[in-house]
Amino acid sequence: MDEFLAARLQMAVSLGFHIVFACIGMVMPWFMFVAEWKWLKTKNPVYLDLAKAWAKGVAIFFAVGAVSGTVLSFELGMLWPTFMEHAGPIFGMPFSWEGTAFFVEAIALGLWLYGWNRLSDKVHLYTGMVVGIAGVASGIFVISANAWMNAPAGFDWIDGQAYNIDPVAAMFNKAWFAQSHHMIIAAFSATGFAVAGVHALLFMKNRLEIHAKALTIALAFASVAAFLQPLSGDHAAKNVAKLQPAKLAAFESHFETQKSAPLIIGGIPDVENRKVNYAIKIPGALSFLAHGDFNAEVKGLEEFPEEEWPPVPIVHYSFQLMVAIGMFLMLLSVIFLAGTYKWKHWLEKRWWMLLLVFATPLGFIAIQAGWVVTEVGRQPWIIYGIMKTKDALTPMPGIQYTFYTISAVYLLLSFIVAWLMSRQIKMLQTKYLKHD
Amino acid sequence: MTEIILIILGISLLLYVLLGGADFGGGILELISRGKASGIVSRAIAPVWEANHMWLILVVVILFVGFPTVYSTVLTALHIPVLLVLIGIILRGSAFTFRHYDIEEETPKAIYSSIFRYSSLFTTFFLGVTTGGIILGDITQDYSQGFYAVYLNPWLNWFSFSLGIFVVILFAFLATIYTLGETKEKSHVERFTRIAKYLIIALVVAGALVFATAELEGHPLFFEFYHSIPSMISVVLATIALPLLWINLKRNNRQMLRLIAGFQTTMIVLGWFAIQFPVLVKINDGVDITVQSAIAPKPTQLQLLIALIVGVLVVFPYMGYLYKTFKFGKKTADEPKAG
Repeated sequence: MDEFLAARLQMAVSLGFHIVFACIGMVMPWFMFVAEWKWLKTKNPVYLDLAKAWAKGVAIFFAVGAVSGTVLSFELGMLWPTFMEHAGPIFGMPFSWEGTAFFVEAIALGLWLYGWNRLSDKVHLYTGMVVGIAGVASGIFVISANAWMNAPAGFDWIDGQAYNIDPVAAMFNKAWFAQSHHMIIAAFSATGFAVAGVHALLFMKNRLEIHAKALTIALAFASVAAFLQPLSGDHAAKNVAKLQPAKLAAFESHFETQKSAPLIIGGIPDVENRKVNYAIKIPGALSFLAHGDFNAEVKGLEEFPEEEWPPVPIVHYSFQLMVAIGMFLMLLSVIFLAGTYKWKHWLEKRWWMLLLVFATPLGFIAIQAGWVVTEVGRQPWIIYGIMKTKDALTPMPGIQYTFYTISAVYLLLSFIVAWLMSRQIKMLQTKYLKHD
Repeated sequence: MTEIILIILGISLLLYVLLGGADFGGGILELISRGKASGIVSRAIAPVWEANHMWLILVVVILFVGFPTVYSTVLTALHIPVLLVLIGIILRGSAFTFRHYDIEEETPKAIYSSIFRYSSLFTTFFLGVTTGGIILGDITQDYSQGFYAVYLNPWLNWFSFSLGIFVVILFAFLATIYTLGETKEKSHVERFTRIAKYLIIALVVAGALVFATAELEGHPLFFEFYHSIPSMISVVLATIALPLLWINLKRNNRQMLRLIAGFQTTMIVLGWFAIQFPVLVKINDGVDITVQSAIAPKPTQLQLLIALIVGVLVVFPYMGYLYKTFKFGKKTADEPKAG
């Protein structure tokens, strides 16, 4: 395997692995907070059991998220030293804040997990909220650093060196807000539907109160998030259209610049002949979505030299997959909201449980697809328009082997975590069935 | 401004050694005591280990934001030992958590335990090897010199390996002393006191080995210590504290023991800082990377400093609260775990 490809794959595997654990570690504390709050309010012990059962899962996910995050902070320099040498002082500010936020999160989580008998009810409850807030904050900081790679700001680039560095401008670059809300909402939606899916499956086996309560809490978060997500995505896409037109063109395999550009749904991009086969085309819709005007001109890939194109098919498929899942989850959220406020019997039905079970992994698949869109869509650049990814590569040969090693470790860990979760769930089931 | 960043970097590194080091040492201690320590170690570490390892993240962030060439040069030349450290960190962190949270069942617990123990040893050893590579300074930035010279030579040597052994013993020693403070059971106290004594002897021998191998590799470490007054003072103070430690071990004065062990470790780390400063990374065939040559531009320093100071103001009291809740409370780790 080519060194450059190996390094990119290692980065992809490491980020793809970390993001799942990071999302769960960021969102689950909010669910636990609600469960604990309900317990204190209603004194229904099911809520306490739920908070504690979730806490065990969170402890496992958080630990794996923390160690894989530690690995990433080194990998950036081990694989892309040239990038980090130049970028560190510019986009380091959000990382320094992220460090603080994550530190607070780790301390608060330690207090929360082990402090049930040592802290007062109120302090314990709000410690859970500190975990949640610090988690979301550290998520936003990291995304802001990534956004800088898409929309570099806060420096002048002269002859391969950065001058006039302004870390504040770099942190609040033009992409940070759109990327942040899109990702944070995605985390809530994906985690919510994943948790709901697991409890729906268990609820179908045994109609226990704990699963019903869990479903309500998880879906309350997930449905609001999934409902907002298409709006957030629309804003994010408009932002990409402005900042990285080549990336937007790759989303849609939009080769020719044209006015009243059609929205391309699905299809197989044929890069050589610069067209998309078998796609559904909605006239003018891309112009409207990208620029808010059906007649607006949308830049096609032809505007850019071919060596600056991102790999079109990967970006195109990932984008389509992400949007399709987003739409499906929005549909689920509409059903849930309708079921909550009007047709209550819907939410007891088998088809609804089956839909939820089906949706368990979807949010995370969409998140992975979304990161492929962001990261592969930025190629060949590591800092958009400034530094090419291949110029940032470590001089060390043999990256294939580090890639294989890291992948094997993460693959093994994924299996173990899945196995651990199934054991936890079984234990919870047995405990409850004994009670009844 | 640069000085304050450098001081915070030094403190973070020191706290990582004192707190994270004791965590690593906990795994090694379990190995030495053939599992006898695992209950105490597990209960003592569980609430704080995530927070303890944040110091490493802080060190890394300060390096890549504040001293970017240090970060990129070290991670290129020492890519291999750092990778080994990372794999160890993944394995031990996961295994520790799995052991704590998985359902009670013998075979999986035994597997997690042995992964936790051996990867604690492995990680600590390569942390020492990596540090040895930085101290020795056989690092080159001329990447055309071939694989051995660029990626192996800086750390594949007697000095780095001796330092690896030294750090393993140091962390195990720290963990033993901390663990002594977590238990009141007589058989435990006797066992850990005995282990602590052996470790102190081993530490002195390993320390001598570090200086001897440095000479062997052509690095006048002894000379450097001798010529730096702060380093000399650190070494003298650390040595003077040894008999004190021995006496307090006999009397089982736990708070005193912790203080002395922490003090000695601090002296060792400070002694290293003093011979290193102001060079951050020695380059064997070029210009050394110094604080002055590596430091990021002023605006970056200012923002880094603001974040660090806010961080310190938030994190230190909160960390203190965490420790107060779990470490210096009335309960010791002998008692049943909470939650």
